This record gives sequence, structure tokens and C-alpha cells, in this order.
Amino acid sequence: MQFWIVQSLNSLAMGGLLFLLSAGFSLIFGLLRIPNLAHGALFMLGAYFGATLLASHMNFWLAALVSGLGVGLIGVVLEAVLLRRLAGNEQGQVLVTLGVAFIIADLCLLTWGGDPMPLGAPRALRPPVFIGGFAFPGYRLVVLGFALVCALLLWLLLERTRLGAMIRAGVDDREMARSVGIPVSRLFSAVFFLGAFLAGVGGVVGGPILSAYPGLDADMLPLALVVVILGGVGSLPGALVGSFIVGGIYNFGSALFPDFAYVVLFLPMVVVLVIKPTGLFGRVLR
Amino acid sequence: MTGRQLAAWALVALALAVVPVLLPSAFYLGIATHALIFAIMALSLNILIGHGGMTSLGHAVYLGVPAYGVAVMTMQLGWSPVPTILFALALGTATAALFGVLALRASGLGFLMITLALGQVMWGAAYRWVGLTGGDNGIRLSGRPTLFGINLTDAVPFYIFVALILFMALFCLWQLDRSAFGACLRGTRDQPRRMRMLGHDVWRIRWTAFVLAGFWGSVSGVLYCYDYQYVSPAALSLPQSAEALLMVVLGGAGTLAGPVVGAIVITAIKTIVSSYVDRWYTLLGLTFIIVVSVMPTGLVPGIAAWVKGRRA
Amino acid sequence: MALSRRLLVQSGLGAATVALTGTVARADEPIRIGFLTVKTGPLAAGGIQMEQGMNLFLKLRGNKLAGRDVQLIVADTAGSPATTRTKAQELVERDKVHVLIGPLAAFEALAIADYVNTQKMPTLGVAAADDTTQRSASPWYARATASAGQCAHAIAHYAATELKYKRMTIIGDDFAYGHEQNAAFLRVFEDNGGKVVQKLWPPLNAPDYGTYVSQIKNNVDAVFMSFAGSNGFRFTKAFFEYGLGGKIPLIGGMTAMDEAILQQTGEDAVGIVSANWYSAAYDNPANKEFVAGMQRDYKIDPGYYAAGPAVAGAVLEAGMKALGGRFDDREALMKAMRTAVITDSVRGPVKFDDRGNAIGNIYIRKVEKKGGKNVNTVIKTYPDVSQFWTYAEAEFLAKPVYSRDYPPAKNLEN
Repeated sequence: MQFWIVQSLNSLAMGGLLFLLSAGFSLIFGLLRIPNLAHGALFMLGAYFGATLLASHMNFWLAALVSGLGVGLIGVVLEAVLLRRLAGNEQGQVLVTLGVAFIIADLCLLTWGGDPMPLGAPRALRPPVFIGGFAFPGYRLVVLGFALVCALLLWLLLERTRLGAMIRAGVDDREMARSVGIPVSRLFSAVFFLGAFLAGVGGVVGGPILSAYPGLDADMLPLALVVVILGGVGSLPGALVGSFIVGGIYNFGSALFPDFAYVVLFLPMVVVLVIKPTGLFGRVLR
Repeated sequence: MTGRQLAAWALVALALAVVPVLLPSAFYLGIATHALIFAIMALSLNILIGHGGMTSLGHAVYLGVPAYGVAVMTMQLGWSPVPTILFALALGTATAALFGVLALRASGLGFLMITLALGQVMWGAAYRWVGLTGGDNGIRLSGRPTLFGINLTDAVPFYIFVALILFMALFCLWQLDRSAFGACLRGTRDQPRRMRMLGHDVWRIRWTAFVLAGFWGSVSGVLYCYDYQYVSPAALSLPQSAEALLMVVLGGAGTLAGPVVGAIVITAIKTIVSSYVDRWYTLLGLTFIIVVSVMPTGLVPGIAAWVKGRRA
Repeated sequence: MALSRRLLVQSGLGAATVALTGTVARADEPIRIGFLTVKTGPLAAGGIQMEQGMNLFLKLRGNKLAGRDVQLIVADTAGSPATTRTKAQELVERDKVHVLIGPLAAFEALAIADYVNTQKMPTLGVAAADDTTQRSASPWYARATASAGQCAHAIAHYAATELKYKRMTIIGDDFAYGHEQNAAFLRVFEDNGGKVVQKLWPPLNAPDYGTYVSQIKNNVDAVFMSFAGSNGFRFTKAFFEYGLGGKIPLIGGMTAMDEAILQQTGEDAVGIVSANWYSAAYDNPANKEFVAGMQRDYKIDPGYYAAGPAVAGAVLEAGMKALGGRFDDREALMKAMRTAVITDSVRGPVKFDDRGNAIGNIYIRKVEKKGGKNVNTVIKTYPDVSQFWTYAEAEFLAKPVYSRDYPPAKNLEN
């Protein structure tokens, strides 16, 4: 019984973490149709920014915000300078974003060295919470809650604000939106900022669990892809549900079928995609 | 074949032939050999990307599976080279036939993700199935084979062997390009719906292209194993797949020369430039960015357009 | 200290000309050391420290070994077996090095094993793969550090006989390095009366250890972990996050509590016992000088990765000294290195067995907080430990190499 409760909690907490990782990726891919393969690197950059700020005794949540803004700005520059003129050239976008990922990874190694850097959670949130006699790390529940709040805010932003309506219009028909006076390119910058910002914040908030280390980018990018594919491309609820499903598959899969730990994420994905190529909740994949 | 085409092919043959003469040592000839093997791999991937419009992120499967085939047959079962090679090619191609059925359930990003996932599954299997693959310790080959009386151990004969196969690959893919099948494949890339209306079986065309890509990928896998005389899960890894994709896109997808140029540039940065530049990884990233910024369709089409522009 | 490459190419070409004209190498020619390490990608952490350790070792020797000048030529393998082979060829064929040191990872060492043999290139390895000095030992390869199992044998003995643990969980990276350490641990621990009741194998790229930590049985006496790189640090953090820290003792293999991650692990590390052939806190004059140099030049305490090349350098120096400063006869150099008996390396005394693996001290270290930072204090020394532990060599080698399932665990509980 305890096994099921703990692993369920693990799954939920990891789902929250995965949502923070993949929300930005999903947003950029869904709205701008850019497969941003630098997303893992931006997430890692956020973690390193956070580790540096925390080492100078900044408040944890402020550090998350500052890192998010920093990574978001990098994202805006990336979009404006490199990606905007590659609209529709998917292969070019793949090449450029991977190139950026290589550079960020190499510069992180140069700047912060190769040893892992810890990110301490706020002291008050660290102690384990006791649930029915066994301990569960309190901070992981905080991450879960934070992810749910983020999901709600994002949903409100996209569905309930004027900005969200303009973004959706710009995505549905770029020319039409432009002709009715919507500043499409500025909107796209805003979306890219938001996606990169989420990666930066996610890197810090996930930091106490993951730490900052070389290779974090390469470990995280496939996870973001799996989440987005399983949940369905470009759908925010999909990314949320996908995150929890992947969290569940990972935790229960590696506990129940330890011999398959290396393929625990990808084997189910193959099965799902072969049965339902559009992902579990996806509309049409391009 | 027109006279001009004949001249072009003669030029390619000549270029491949003079490399051993021009390079100063066996070491550089070895690097040239690596580059040509990856050129074959990139050419095979280009059948999918360039002609079929299907971006695969799992092509390392067709490098690694036949490479493991060669290593296992040679070292564990003691097969002689010719049956080993035939078996490895059949194994790689059969894997492609099976994986093609799975991956072509989807198109676009879905296709990319299924190929990526299949690649990760094979990578995980190579890591975990220690009894067969040796896990991360990999399998060492005791040397290069003697084929048709020619010992391939030394750098020069092995280079010539690889160069001959690359030439064959280029020629076959050129013929493919000009064939009715090639036209159909491009049709499924640009106008799948129209192709369907014209009565073509789009799925079967794509699947055939997938198997062809798997076959030529397997050719590079066999050569890879004999070249490095060692195979480990790295041959099946996502970075290896991504590298092949980058070679194709960097050189110019859909062109014949593009993948070859891309393979040469990336191999050169990885093996030669990295000896002089500590931060060669950044340089590689910058190369991608600069090429795409200046020539969004890749090096070969970009340079061709530039040359044309100068002439006009 | 690494020479400009361009200069080297020229001198390399010069050497080639000399070779063509049939002249013997000049008497004042420097010894060229080819150094294979990882400087880019996820494995770079250890690789960079390897280079720092090598640079410092040479600096402390005034860039001279046995009276001869040294040229260090560093090549980046990028953690890829194919690139490692190309780089080894570059060093051997183009740069004409006299000896190779490195590479870092086991699969890199295996990728060049046959090449080193056919080229008859003296190689001082640091990678831990057991069989490179056991069933597939090579006359051209020697390892002055330790095989993966070597340190695990010692800590298993310590856990069973001194810490008196009876029932243990063992957990390690699911690849050969983890398999070999855990298998070695299991064998000696059970031979000394202990029982391994649970084995856990997180994959090398596990994004999170929470799911594994929460599977650890709550009625074991202790947990043994054998992790590489940053994984030991990440696992330890998860172990404490889930409230197991302080309840169940945690002990570690060769790199689980390496100096490279010791400070980052913070309070959680204090009290963890691990085994290694080295400790930055090991007290002899050579190591004091080395540690002070690392702190001065690179602001870090040396660990496994930095100390490995320093020991290899000491072996090379001893070999050259035995030959009166000569190094042009590869066979003689290799033989001199493998028969050298070194008393004062940074790891203390070290010599080789007949398969080219180090026989030397294995230190049981306990993490303590001293002067505001964590140190691996040596609490027991197992002297002159061979890779075969106390088993007879022939009997040891007749059995299969350590793996995930060998020796079999007979006491697992579900």
C-alpha cells in the first residue's frame, strides 16, 4: 500500500516538474510552430543562473524570477535575430536551435566548470512531510502546487485576456491578423519570451531536485519532447496531462519493471504513437 | 548519360582518387575515411529528409544495428567476412522494414518522435542487453577483414574500399533521383494529397524510401564497424542521430552533394579543428547558425546560388 | 603548459623528416606525452580535472621528468569512443608521442585497446574497466589507479567486519562501472557473513532518483552506492530529501563521494564512508604539495580524476629514471614502468601486478567537516591491495568478469 501511495506522490511531483519543463516548449511549438531544440539548454541555463544567484544569498523565488527574466531575454534575442527569418523553414530552425544549444552548453561548461552545482530549496520548505507515517519531501509537493498555479495562470492568459486572443488570432492566420492591425512579430517575440521565461523559472524551481550539471540539457530535452508528444502538440491542458502521465510511467515503470528502466519512457511512447499517432490528446500533428 | 554528366562523374571519381595522394599521412587519410563513411550515412538519411520530406531523428539505428551485427557475427560466432556483411546488411534493412511500418503511422513531428523513440529503445537495448552487446563496454573487433583477396587493414586499401562504395552510393542515389520512383517520392513530399488522388499508394512509396534509407544506412554501419573496429551504444545514440541530421541539413537537404559536404565539414571540425580550438563545440554551433543565416537551404544550394549570381 | 598546436605540427613534421632520413632521435629531444581526456560534453567535469592534475604534476616537476624536458599534448575525446580512437591516432601517428596517458571513460579505453596493442604504444590508463587488466590484459597497458572492483572489495570487507552491517541494499549506475563495483562489493560482503538483500539499478541518465530512494527497504543496516560523475551527489541529495539520511547509513564506492562533489553535497555528506585509492586528506609530502598546488592554481581539492594523472606521471618518471632518462625504446620503457616500485606518489606507495594493475593502499575515508569544508578523512588503510583482493589470481580469473548478475545474489528479498 505504502508503495502505491509513495510512487503516486512521486509521479505527481515529477509531473509538476515536467510541466514546468515542457510548458514553454509546448507553447513555442504549438503557437509559433518552432521546434525549439535549445529548450533543454535554456532550462539548464536557468538552473545555473539560479545556482549563482542563490549562492549570493538571494531569495529563492526572486532568484527564480530573475533567472526567468534573464533566460526570457535571451529567448527574445534568439527569436528576433535568428529564428524570425526562418519562419516555415523547419530544417533551418532545427539546425539553428541545436547550434544555440551546443553553444549554451559549452559556455555553461566554460563559465561554471563541470562539477554539479546544488540549488537549495527555501529552508522552510525542505523538511519531509509525514503522510500516514512515512516521509515525503515537502519541497516536491511545493513544486507540484507551483506547476498547477503556473498552468492556471497560463490558461487564463491565453484564453481570458486580450493578449491571449491576439496571440491565438496571429497563430491561426498570420496575414489576416496583420491586416486587422495586430502587431504579429511583436506578439511572436512575446510568446518566445514567455516560453523561454518558463524554461528559466523551471530550471530554478526544479533545481533543488535536479541540480545544475553539464548534460542537464540533454537529459531534459527528450523528456520535454515525450511530454509534448504524448499530451498532444500545442495544447496546454495536453502538456499538463502529458506531464503527469510521463511522471507516472517513469516512476511506476522503473519500480515495477526495473529491467526496462532504460526504455521505460520511450517504449510506451512508441506504443502510444503507433496506436494513436496524434498523441493521447492531440489534434492533428503537422 | 550526357557528356556533361559523364564529365561530372569522372570528376567525382578523380577527386576521390587523388585524396590519398594529396594527404600527408595515413592519419589524415583515416580522417578522410571517417568522413566518407558518415557521408554515406548522411546520403542515406537524405533519402528520407531531402526527397521524402520526412525528418528522422533516429537514423543512428541503421548505423548501430548492422555495426553490432558485424561485431557479434565476427567475434562471437566466428563468421567469415562475406556472410557477416550480408547478414549485417539484411539485419539493418529488415530493422528498417519493421520500424518503417511503425514510424510511418505518423508524419511530420509525429514521425520524428517515433523515430527518436525507436532509436532510444535500441540504444537502451544495447546498454542493457549485456550478454549480446557487451553493454557500454561494447564489442571490440580483432581487425579489418580480407575481402576478395585484398587485406583492408592498412589505411590506403580501406580508403579505396570506402571511396568505391561511396561512389556506388552516389551513383545509385543519382539514378534514384532521376527514376520514376524518385519523382513519386518527391510528389509525396510536396503534394501527398494529389499523389493519393492520382492513385499512388503514398504509404508504400514512403515505406520503400524508408527501407532504402535503412539499407544504405546499414552500408555505412558495416563500414563504421570495420573502420573503428569497435562498437558501443554510442553508435546508436541520439547525438549520433542528430549529427547525421545536421550533416544533411548543413550541406543541403535534397541535393546529392549536400550530405557529403555536410559530413566532411562536421567531421573536420570534430577531428581536426578540435585539435587547435579548445571551444570547438561552440564553433560547431556557430557554424550551424552562420550557415543557416547566410544560406538557409544549406551549403551546397547556397554556394550554387552564389556562383550563379556571380556569373549573371 | 600544453604547447601551441601549430608549433607541434611543425616539430611533428620535423620528427617525421628525421625518421625518413633514418637518424635516431636527438639526445636532447623532449619526451612527448599524449594526454587523452574529455573537455567537452557531459563527461567534461572529470576530464578537465584530469588535465589540471596533469598540468600541476608537470609544473611541480619544473616540466622535467628524469632530467628530460616534457611536451604535453592534450587531445579532447569529447566522451565519444569513435573520436577517442581518432585522437589516439592523431597523437601516435601525427604527433609521434612516446607515451599515452588516459583516456577517462572505460568505453574510451576499450575503443583504443587494440590500436594501442598493434602500435605497441606504452599507455598509462585511468579508466576503471576491470577486464582491461584481467582477462584481456595487454602488455602495453598499465593502470596506476584501480580497477572498479578493487576499492569495492575493501569497503565491503570494512562494512562487514568493522561496521558490522549484516543486511544491505546496493545501488549503482546501470552500466559496467556500477555493475563491477556492486558485484565486487557483493562478493566480499557475503564472503564475510553479510547479506545483500536488495539490488537497485537506476539507469545512467535517470532524471530523478526519488523513485529509487523510495524503494529502499527500511529494515536494512546500510546502503552501498556506486555512482559515477555527478550521480552520487544527486542520489545523496534525494536520499536526504526523502528523510532516509540519518536513519540508514550510506556508504560509497570509488567515486560516489569524490572530492569533486564533496563540497556541493554539503551537510548531507558528513559521516558518509567510502573507499578510494586516494584522498585529498591523505598525509604524505607529495600529496600535501599536490593538494596545495591544486588549491592555489584551480581553487579545488583534487579527487579521483585529478590525482589519477599525477600517479601515472609518477610511474612514467620512475620508468624513465630506471632507464637513465631514456624513453625511445618503447618495450624497455613499458617494462621499466610496470616493474617500477614507487614509494612517494600522491596516493602513497604503488607498484604493478603482472597484469599491469596497481597494487597499493586502499583508503577507507569518512567525510568530516574541518575548517568549514568537507574532507575525506582516512580512517583505515588497507595496505598493498591487489585487484584480486585476497582471492587467488588463477581462481579469480577463471570466473566470469564481474557483472550485473555475477556473482549471483542469493539473499535477495522481495
